[in-house]
Amino acid sequence: MSSIATHPGYEELCTNFDWAIAERELGVAKGGRINIGWHCSDRICALGLASKPALIWEDFAGNGRTYTFDDLRVLSNTIAAYLDNLGLQPGERICLFMDRVPELYIGFLGILKMGGIAQPLFSAFGEDSLLTRLADAGTSAIVTQRKHVGKVRRIRERLPELRHIVVVDAGDAPLQEREVPMALDELPRVEIFDIYPSTSETPSVLHYTSGTTGQPKGAQHVHYSIVAQYLTAKWVLDLQPNDVYWCNADPGWVTGTSYGIIGPWSNGTTQVVLDSGFLTERWYTFIAKHRVTVWYSAPTAIRLLMRDGTQVVKKFDLSSLRHLCSVGEPLNAEAVIWSQEAFGLPFHDTFWQTETGCIVITNLPGMPIKPGSMGKPFPGITATVLDPRTHEPYDRPGPVGLIALRPGWPSMIRSYWNNPTGYAGKFRNGWYLCGDRASIDPDGYFWFVGRDDDVINTGGHLVGPFEIESALLEHPAVAESAAVAKPDPVNMEVVKAFVTLKPGFEGGPDLELEIMNFVRKKLSPLAMPQEIEFIASLPKTRSGKIVRRILRSKEFGEPVGDTSTLMDE
Amino acid sequence: MDEIRKVIRDYVVKEYLEEGDDREIREDTPLITGGIVDSFSMVSLKRFLERKYSIQIPDAEATPQAFDTVNSIAALVTRFTKA
Repeated sequence: MSSIATHPGYEELCTNFDWAIAERELGVAKGGRINIGWHCSDRICALGLASKPALIWEDFAGNGRTYTFDDLRVLSNTIAAYLDNLGLQPGERICLFMDRVPELYIGFLGILKMGGIAQPLFSAFGEDSLLTRLADAGTSAIVTQRKHVGKVRRIRERLPELRHIVVVDAGDAPLQEREVPMALDELPRVEIFDIYPSTSETPSVLHYTSGTTGQPKGAQHVHYSIVAQYLTAKWVLDLQPNDVYWCNADPGWVTGTSYGIIGPWSNGTTQVVLDSGFLTERWYTFIAKHRVTVWYSAPTAIRLLMRDGTQVVKKFDLSSLRHLCSVGEPLNAEAVIWSQEAFGLPFHDTFWQTETGCIVITNLPGMPIKPGSMGKPFPGITATVLDPRTHEPYDRPGPVGLIALRPGWPSMIRSYWNNPTGYAGKFRNGWYLCGDRASIDPDGYFWFVGRDDDVINTGGHLVGPFEIESALLEHPAVAESAAVAKPDPVNMEVVKAFVTLKPGFEGGPDLELEIMNFVRKKLSPLAMPQEIEFIASLPKTRSGKIVRRILRSKEFGEPVGDTSTLMDE
Repeated sequence: MDEIRKVIRDYVVKEYLEEGDDREIREDTPLITGGIVDSFSMVSLKRFLERKYSIQIPDAEATPQAFDTVNSIAALVTRFTKA
């Protein structure tokens, strides 16, 4: 495996770029046989790295386990065979609904090896979020932990296609109908598994992502995505043979699979995983203990670290760190400057989304960083900003427009599950629209401005207003609701809800807290409004449609714009 | 202080532990690092404490460290109750 340790310049990388570079290194071809599960385990063993640590896992209390690439190979075979024996067929959706335990990471490869479509979901999702996504996908099996099985039990009667609920830590706990135990340590190890002969266009992963309208959409990836995830992990994250890599993202979100599983393991990289909530000193202890060299984090986490200052950094030996990257939301200039002061290294911002499957705009190693900029398009990616009126690229640097990508890179989703119309709606004039606004400066650097829709980016996760409003309406006191983004110093944005009440209910702090907790349990902590404002009426068009833009503009202190189409009060 | 600890513990069990989650919540159980309360959920816990004890906890004081155990939360509440 070659590396770019010498960091050729951006122009040099772009010259004659071809995704065939990655195809050659991975030994794959478009249209040919590719299985991500095999490429991330068996192939690495075949390269002579069977005994190299692949996963160094640790829980919040410091208990840990190490798995080699050979362990990955055999244990993913074991899980694949287990799922196969349950009667699950290639193409069926198999959900992973777990905290960051080893079974999540290894199970992901196992599902792909038996031809299933892996559907990872964030374990903090409440039952409504879970139900929406499992019902849309027609999920056949869910692999989960005892502590999350209660949520599945409450919704399983509404999921006739869900045949198996696999519990990885059932122990002696009594199981119910459709539930089966899967104690990985106790299963007979499967040395040889007949891996499903997937090809480049075989569906691999289904990640749900939120939009302005309707329920979340299932972004459908294929096995060929590994070509882009392998090369971007190698070039942007700069993964090299002796690295110890830490990705903070949960595999319930796309970063946690593209760069928390596929990217590092297809490169044969050792990665560390911490199954713990955020505490500054816990994180620094973890980096120091495992001598982490490459760290892929998020602006929200970086801003929390900033809040605790640089003095605490000095209590730890973090000298192993050599390359830092960030994703999820725009990385503010202050965070880049702070990391240089705290760690002696800048965070390199990266931009991409669930639909792109891989990093598309970035600050490559060796590229001069302009703090606050997203960087430049990854080689092989054609990116621009479009004039929102014409959907044509601007002919000069400077103006703010819509970030757009020319389709065709390997990891672009192939459609939204059950929703080809929604997918078609993402394109204009042959460009894929990311839903974000930015400008390009004369040097070709992109500068993020904001979302182009009503989706709320909180802590690096997109939350759809429709899903929140639907949950709010289930509360007995709520007559109407609107969910919008509110600026937040740590999370960039948080959810704020405007609510009108049914007769007989009175707004106040107690009802506000009750509704907050109601939404948190139904959807997730991310979707919980951090503030609820009770108002007499919501702004609406004359046709009765709620106009979120007015409410959002007020939260951001921006002009509310044209109100001529609004219904009179 | 014991009464405050009991109120916090009961609220955490009622609001943040899933039905069927049989983990025991002791006064020193890590809530944040243990994944029982995350940084978003902390907002509702803070709001509950402020209502229950008629206090205002500044955002700068509502850190993950301060909310990591029943003991540390009780200490925070006591400090602001006295203030």
